[in-house]
Amino acid sequence: MLLNPAILALSIVSFVVACMMLLATGFGLQVVRHWDIGSGSELQLTMERRTYLISTLVAFSFMAELVALLLFIYNAEQISSQFVGAMCATGVLNVDPYGWPTLYLKIAIFFSGAVWLTLNHVDNKARDYPLVRVKYGLLLLILPLVIAELVLQTRYFLGMDPDIITSCCGSLFTPEGQGVAAELSGVEPGTAMLLLTVSGAAALLTGGWYLFQRKSGIAFAVTSLTTFLIALLAIVSCVALYIYEHPHHHCPFCILKEGHDFMGYYLYIPLFIATAMALGAGAIAPLRNITSLKEIIPAESRQLIGVSMLFMLLFYLVAAYAILGSNLTMVEVWW
Amino acid sequence: MKAFIRKQRYLIDFTLSSLLRRPGKNLGLLVVYSLIVFLLASVMLFTHALRSEARLVLADSPEIILQRMVAGRHDLIPGSYLEKMGRIRGVIGKHGRLWGYFYDPAVQANYTLMVPRDRQLAEDEAVIGAAIARTRGVSRGDFLTFRSTDGNAYSFRVSAILASDSELVSADLILVSEQRFRTFFGIPEGYYTDLVLNVRNPKELRKVAEKLTLRLPDTRPILRDEILRTYDAIFNWRQGIVFVLLTGTILAFVIFAWDKASGLSAEERREIGILKAIGWETSDVIRMKFWEGAIISLSAFLLGYLTAYGHVFYANAGLFEPVLKGWSVLYPEFRLTPFIDGLQLATLFFFTVFPYTVATIVPIWRAAITDPDTVMR
Repeated sequence: MLLNPAILALSIVSFVVACMMLLATGFGLQVVRHWDIGSGSELQLTMERRTYLISTLVAFSFMAELVALLLFIYNAEQISSQFVGAMCATGVLNVDPYGWPTLYLKIAIFFSGAVWLTLNHVDNKARDYPLVRVKYGLLLLILPLVIAELVLQTRYFLGMDPDIITSCCGSLFTPEGQGVAAELSGVEPGTAMLLLTVSGAAALLTGGWYLFQRKSGIAFAVTSLTTFLIALLAIVSCVALYIYEHPHHHCPFCILKEGHDFMGYYLYIPLFIATAMALGAGAIAPLRNITSLKEIIPAESRQLIGVSMLFMLLFYLVAAYAILGSNLTMVEVWW
Repeated sequence: MKAFIRKQRYLIDFTLSSLLRRPGKNLGLLVVYSLIVFLLASVMLFTHALRSEARLVLADSPEIILQRMVAGRHDLIPGSYLEKMGRIRGVIGKHGRLWGYFYDPAVQANYTLMVPRDRQLAEDEAVIGAAIARTRGVSRGDFLTFRSTDGNAYSFRVSAILASDSELVSADLILVSEQRFRTFFGIPEGYYTDLVLNVRNPKELRKVAEKLTLRLPDTRPILRDEILRTYDAIFNWRQGIVFVLLTGTILAFVIFAWDKASGLSAEERREIGILKAIGWETSDVIRMKFWEGAIISLSAFLLGYLTAYGHVFYANAGLFEPVLKGWSVLYPEFRLTPFIDGLQLATLFFFTVFPYTVATIVPIWRAAITDPDTVMR
């Protein structure tokens, strides 16, 4: 294992978050079984008081996980110089089989955290805690993710040995290779851009539809999630190439480097925020028939969807800037 | 949105005035907190600056160094190896280097003697590093006399002193002519200390090194990237060790913060009771306490970080120098280039603010759920 401060910090965070989530889930179980808002029993009173503690703990855990996700990527980027063959985060994630799963889990926790926080926010606004069971039931589903992340991340860091010769992004993200990364790189840039435009337009249309008609919140979440996936594909297959100004370099991580003006962060951060908010809006949309939430959910959804659309637009603007401002010209070749 | 911001502003306003009402208690916490941030930030800034210094220094060094090994030890390499290795595609330059160490009993220090390629020196001439000039008290035109391996004394006329801005690498350096170097150390004509190769394309380095080991099996190629990697690993590791050692301190701080947050005075309890009695909700109290924590954390973080910055870049990190830098008689004097990055800040955040916040969540909640009537009675 590398005794690196950032790795130590990430391990500490995952451990503490797992402990807090265990505590929260234990309480969640109790709530799912015994919650009864009409009762004045001592147990109910204690539980009502404890919800404040638990929601603070969980909210804090998710915030910490969000920063940890950024730190994880940034750290992988930084220590790439210590592994033979690694030139960016890709190589470092490839060091052992636990690297990529850890990243995926971190992203999954980020999105489920966003959903949970939205539910929590809406629930706190209502008078009678209508979502308390849903909320704490959801924790039961998130806990395995958090524990798995702790285990995988620990194994990943323990398996990091500077002797390992890893493969760099150039060999992974190449259309001739095998696996998901190669498939993504192999997609024609024209196709990727077309898909990106269509899905983006669909997301903005459904979002706009909601803003005016108060309908189809779920559709917006679905189109946004699709856009998110297609955007990742488009970055690998096309946008990144314009940032590198190189027609064959497909890496989604090298764009995070200083040498490329940290363009990756400007692309990923709006994209992730937009998707997280869209998922939150989608999660609360089916609950608007609950009496105490009738007023709250439309207002909240409108805000969430509006902000989500703004960030999505920002992502498209950055991507457009990356392509139009680039010195790479592929007019005869791709378009 | 406006209402939300206004609410937070009033809360912060209230929190600030409530903090100022108990200056002693909060100042104590702030001092300890800042001290923790200061300790960790100093270590971080210092190792980081050393690392980037090493990077800068090695930027101009040759890509591949070739050493001859005899019985597992580094030995002199014949110049004929330059022909023997033949033409290797990708290598744009190769030459032999002459350098060695010399122990000077007068100051009990090791010098590095080297034959420069970019300047011609007369046989008795020498150019010396600033640290040697300082320790031996010599200046331009003075003579330095050393006893060579064969027992004879050789005098060198100091013709120049190397500029002090390169002191990190040139502190103990003496540049001498090739003839004098060979006679002084008794190195026969045609032999070198090692050979260096310049390779333009970094992607070809490994292949070139592989070819070298095949063609010259008694040699060992050393890549610049490998040296850099080693430096990175060493500094990261040293930093990690210091952090692990400081874990005890952080834990002590966490306990301290927990204690401070849970040991509310009767007056504070009454305050919360009154707030709740006049209509504050539990979540409002938690929010207020959250702002309290945020204000203290932010001030401590800024204060600690800025002092650490001053400590490292203006006071040369006096507290950690011996551990992190290493030591020697002829230690170079150098000013570190200030360098801050996001990774450092995020890591530092997780080592200080994160544990503090975790430690205070439960006490804050305990305080927030107090019933107004129990405290006011």
